[in-house]
Amino acid sequence: MTMILDPTSERHIAARERLSRPDSLEGLTVGLLDISKPRGDIFLNRIEERLVDIGANVKRYKKPTFTKPAPVDLRHQIATECQVVIEALAD
Amino acid sequence: MTTTPDTGRALVPDDQNGAPLADAPILPDGIVIVVKRDCETCQMVVPVLQQLAGAVEMHVYTQDDPDFPADPAAISDADLAVSWFHNIETVPTVIRVEDGYEVERTVGWLRTAWEELTGENDLGDGLPPMRPGCGSMSVDPDLVDALRVRFGGTSLASRRIEVASAEDEMEMMFDRGWTDGLPVVPPTEERVMAMLEGTSREPGDIVATVPPDLVEINVEKVAIAAVMAGCKPEYMPWVLTAVEAACTEAFNMHGLLATTMPVTPVIICSGPGTRAIGMNSGGNALGQGNRANLTIGRALQLVVRNFGGGRPGEVDRATHGSPAKISFCFAEADDTSPYGRLATEHGIDDGVDALTVFAGEGPHSVVDQISRDPESLARSLALKLQAVNHPKLIMAFDAILVMGPEHARVFADARWDREQIIAGITAHLNRPGSELVRGAGGIAEGLPEAFGDAESLPKFRPGGLMLTYAGGGAGLFSQIIGGWVNGDMGSKPVTLPVGH
Repeated sequence: MTMILDPTSERHIAARERLSRPDSLEGLTVGLLDISKPRGDIFLNRIEERLVDIGANVKRYKKPTFTKPAPVDLRHQIATECQVVIEALAD
Repeated sequence: MTTTPDTGRALVPDDQNGAPLADAPILPDGIVIVVKRDCETCQMVVPVLQQLAGAVEMHVYTQDDPDFPADPAAISDADLAVSWFHNIETVPTVIRVEDGYEVERTVGWLRTAWEELTGENDLGDGLPPMRPGCGSMSVDPDLVDALRVRFGGTSLASRRIEVASAEDEMEMMFDRGWTDGLPVVPPTEERVMAMLEGTSREPGDIVATVPPDLVEINVEKVAIAAVMAGCKPEYMPWVLTAVEAACTEAFNMHGLLATTMPVTPVIICSGPGTRAIGMNSGGNALGQGNRANLTIGRALQLVVRNFGGGRPGEVDRATHGSPAKISFCFAEADDTSPYGRLATEHGIDDGVDALTVFAGEGPHSVVDQISRDPESLARSLALKLQAVNHPKLIMAFDAILVMGPEHARVFADARWDREQIIAGITAHLNRPGSELVRGAGGIAEGLPEAFGDAESLPKFRPGGLMLTYAGGGAGLFSQIIGGWVNGDMGSKPVTLPVGH
């Protein structure tokens, strides 16, 4: 019998339930997070137009660089100011 | 302190760290002699043991054959506990014990030393005055790893996973997703304890916070990865430093992992320690065949994969990836370099072992077999360096030039030093914005229109072109390692001294 040592971090991941999807975006605040990839703004500008058309309030946010996770403060700001968030991943 | 009378052993209260050592025997007062049958010197001194048996309080411990010697009778040390805990390296070893403490010892047979230690005269009449002893079984390389686990006193904290008897341990590790696609060495407790001998750091010491899961890794978990990668214990200081450097905010391992580009931490080692552990800085330095080069790089990758949780198809989003992502680690030939080493460029003192992690891709070859003057070669290298990532993209990516000895000699013969070589190449890396903007040359990729009027734009930011020296003696070639997004926006090269 061989006994080996666990190479992983052995962490226990806290499972969090997702919020249920809203039936409508009307009157909700939607955060648009630009990750700073080239031309992400073009995509998000169009999304903003369409969201406003259907009665959503839009707030825009931007990561300092696409290569690093969003700073904690920015994540906290989005979480407190918005009910919904959309992230533009691609260029 | 409790004793077990049948073996004469006693429990010692604690080890140096205050942890109880349940198996550690204390020695009985008097003269303690450790022998084994498989040692001619031990056999030779049996008459001396008989002489002493009648004269002093004596206890003979035997490592291999419990019936050796027959007279005087020996206490078996078959589990080697006495030998291990009392650091017996040679048999015979003679120890004088008073009040449970060793006060004196001698090893091998040396009549004068034995007489002085035992207080008896005329020992071993007819024997030569001295004869060296033999190796103790407790330091036998085949046994020492198992003994360290049995008696080591440190309990490793990692979860133990039992491999079922019918299960193939290699397959089991593949099934759990713990490999890079190649087999890994099973990290048994014995192997991990042996790996930890390669560092003076405690197993519980925190080394870094590993992305993408951002969990703190300790020395023990790094040692597990090093075992799996195939490292030898003496590589541990290099592996620990590589993990530390790669997990800095400046290096941004998270972004490097998550990017669609085919980049990886490239580890460039230098200093006398690279030669001590047998790293390759010569022929095929960037290739296969050298254990230290390959496994140090692989250990870092396995840390990120298994501990950090960074796996292809998950957080690793590379479009193509690269064979360099299995391992890309080499040594600079700083001992023979005509222009020093990269670590010096980054502020490390001469003679200090160091490594640099660089966010780079696999190497591209530059073939120039004709240039024999430095100006021609500088232009030639610059032409190829323009191509890093794309000839029309500039400033956003660094590069490392790995010059081979034959190219380096062209510059050395002309007495160009490091700064002159970099300046000489850089002089040919400037191009007008009109050639680089989007649409120029019929190619949509390029710089935004605003750069179109710029007279001269450099390929690299200041310090973005780095120089190293490695490779075999034949071949008018150099290698270029193109970088990923540089600076605050992406990754900065990180150079650290290697602590031993």
